[in-house]
Amino acid sequence: MDGAQLADPVVIAVDELGTLIGTLRGDGYRVIGPTVRDGSILHGELHELSDLPRGWTDEQAPGTYRLQRRDDEALFGYAVGPSSPKRELFPPRQRLWTATSDGDASFHVTQERHESARIAFLGVRGCELAAIAVQDRVFLQGAYQDEVYVAHRSDVLLIAVECGSPAGTCFCASMGTGPGVTEGADLVLTELLDGEHRFLARAVTEAGAELLAALERGEPTHHDITAREQVIATATAGMGRELDTDGLHDLLLGNLEHPRWDDIADRCLACTNCTLVCPTCFCTTVEDTTDLTGANAFRDRRWDSCFGLEFSHAGPASVRSSTKARYRQWMTHKLATWIDQFGTSGCVGCGRCITWCPVGIDITVEADAIRRASDPGAT
Amino acid sequence: MSLADAPPRGPLTGRPYQVSTVRHQTHDIVTIDVRPEQEPIAFQPGQFDMVYVYGVGEAAISISSDPATPGLLSHTIRAVGWVTKALNDLQPGATIGIRGPYGRPWPLDEAAGRDLVIVAGGIGMAPVRPAIAYALRERERFGRVVLLVGARSPRDLVFRDDLERWDADRSIDVHTTVDSAVRGWSGRVGVVTKLIPRVPFDPENAVVLVCGPEVMMRFSAQSLLARGVPAERIFVTLERNMKCGVGTCGHCQLGPLFLCRDGPVFAWPEVADLMEIREL
Ligand code: SF4
Ligand code: SF4
Ligand code: FES
Repeated sequence: MDGAQLADPVVIAVDELGTLIGTLRGDGYRVIGPTVRDGSILHGELHELSDLPRGWTDEQAPGTYRLQRRDDEALFGYAVGPSSPKRELFPPRQRLWTATSDGDASFHVTQERHESARIAFLGVRGCELAAIAVQDRVFLQGAYQDEVYVAHRSDVLLIAVECGSPAGTCFCASMGTGPGVTEGADLVLTELLDGEHRFLARAVTEAGAELLAALERGEPTHHDITAREQVIATATAGMGRELDTDGLHDLLLGNLEHPRWDDIADRCLACTNCTLVCPTCFCTTVEDTTDLTGANAFRDRRWDSCFGLEFSHAGPASVRSSTKARYRQWMTHKLATWIDQFGTSGCVGCGRCITWCPVGIDITVEADAIRRASDPGAT
Repeated sequence: MSLADAPPRGPLTGRPYQVSTVRHQTHDIVTIDVRPEQEPIAFQPGQFDMVYVYGVGEAAISISSDPATPGLLSHTIRAVGWVTKALNDLQPGATIGIRGPYGRPWPLDEAAGRDLVIVAGGIGMAPVRPAIAYALRERERFGRVVLLVGARSPRDLVFRDDLERWDADRSIDVHTTVDSAVRGWSGRVGVVTKLIPRVPFDPENAVVLVCGPEVMMRFSAQSLLARGVPAERIFVTLERNMKCGVGTCGHCQLGPLFLCRDGPVFAWPEVADLMEIREL
């Protein structure tokens, strides 16, 4: 998938997206993409073109999210909402196995079978593709492959849409994951709003080329090509946030006792929101239960958060009993130790943790504060 | 137990084993034996298993038996949480789930041709016991074999029968001490780290395995370094909350390390700085 060459771009009309959704559904895919629900853009099942959030945009700031009307008909004129493909690829709750009592103090174990589902994601952003690639490393490229993730990940099509309207909390440009898309997807679309509303489309994989082949395509003009470049340039310039990643790994790990951690701890509620919205966070815990008679015992796995007190419970107490230690664990994991563990940053710059933090704690501001306080020469 | 028709099992699914013996070693430490004739679990000293109690849950437990007899598998457990308390209450004949073994073992090959020094505190005897069993069987591979054992009080000593047997055997040099004595205790009194400067071994040519509470391991490492043992030949085994054992649940992290996957055994330089930071 990665490293494939982008085929020559073609132009498709807006209605062709409806055809694309229909084709995918006809091929047995659940098509998952952005929809307007509960006052935000959430992933949902797409049945037709009109399910997409036409004419909407989002206003995002630390601790703030608001949908607003655009003055055009853009279908993808917003950034990422609180949900991410993680919810489909690594569901919040999964049954692992069932143990059945044999009545004589013994039991046998039946492992849950995870059917692989055909999912086509439409409207995936650069940061989300990067987040999927990060989770691929965690769940597929270690000594063991995670069965649940394998089942959900193995029959997936990724149709990306490059970002034209980044939010106030976005910093993918700093993390090198967006707003343009060059890899990780099957098909890449760019929404062009100047003049006639249309999409520039480039197939990355054979599957993507096949999808395109079923649509009515036009030859792009020179203007279409520069219009796309303009979209990316404008989006890059419009990033609401910035993170200086230069030397960040050593900077954070060299400042584990920095007073800034206490300062953050005074504000952080340890509510776990940031970890739940983060598209790369992978931590889980397990829950063991029995049915009423005790004849069956179940083991479920669910998303967990390093902000919980129970998370580091070992022996009689928690290792990280203070909020300071828990925030430090989260942020140093995202931006530093993740690199040691998986060869990539755990942060893709999507900004979700900033937007959905009830008190507006901003990972870019906190990293910057530590940088400034450790290097008085910094500006 | 219907094992024959069991579907394929992934790394997160254990296998049922019937408990053959339950040995209560102290008021809160128990050793549970299973005899996995059909499905012996081959392991190396220092590795651990995830042990499951029906309907209650699972805990990471060190394997404490001799790796040369995979048909007898022992786990030594201190009752501290729900699962470990339930394990302490088990009766022979009960069934537990086991998956493993996991983790990086003690580097016993590195100790070949050198003195092997083992420092164990309290239940820290459990993960070193397989290493001792191995060293006794392969006695000629090592120089001196020295075991320093500490416990809070005589009643907190585990594997006392082993200690007596090994002491009588004389092929291994056993030193036992308790933090506070009670009437009837004629042995040494004092913390185990105090023995390090005094017992005979060649510091420059020794490999040391340390297992016990974190403070005890830190003090042990300091004494060993002071005596001239090279840092990279001091090994400790660390403990954290573990939910998966295979590096994906995130619970066991210590800085960049996943204790389940990268440990639980570490050379001192790998963890010394990390262990200095409170609540890391
Ligand atoms: S840490 Fe925050 S900005 Fe980075 S990927 Fe996670 S949610 Fe997005
Ligand atoms: S940083 Fe914000 S979102 Fe994360 S746990 Fe603290 S209060 Fe909650
Ligand atoms: S126990 Fe799950 S990552 Fe180590």
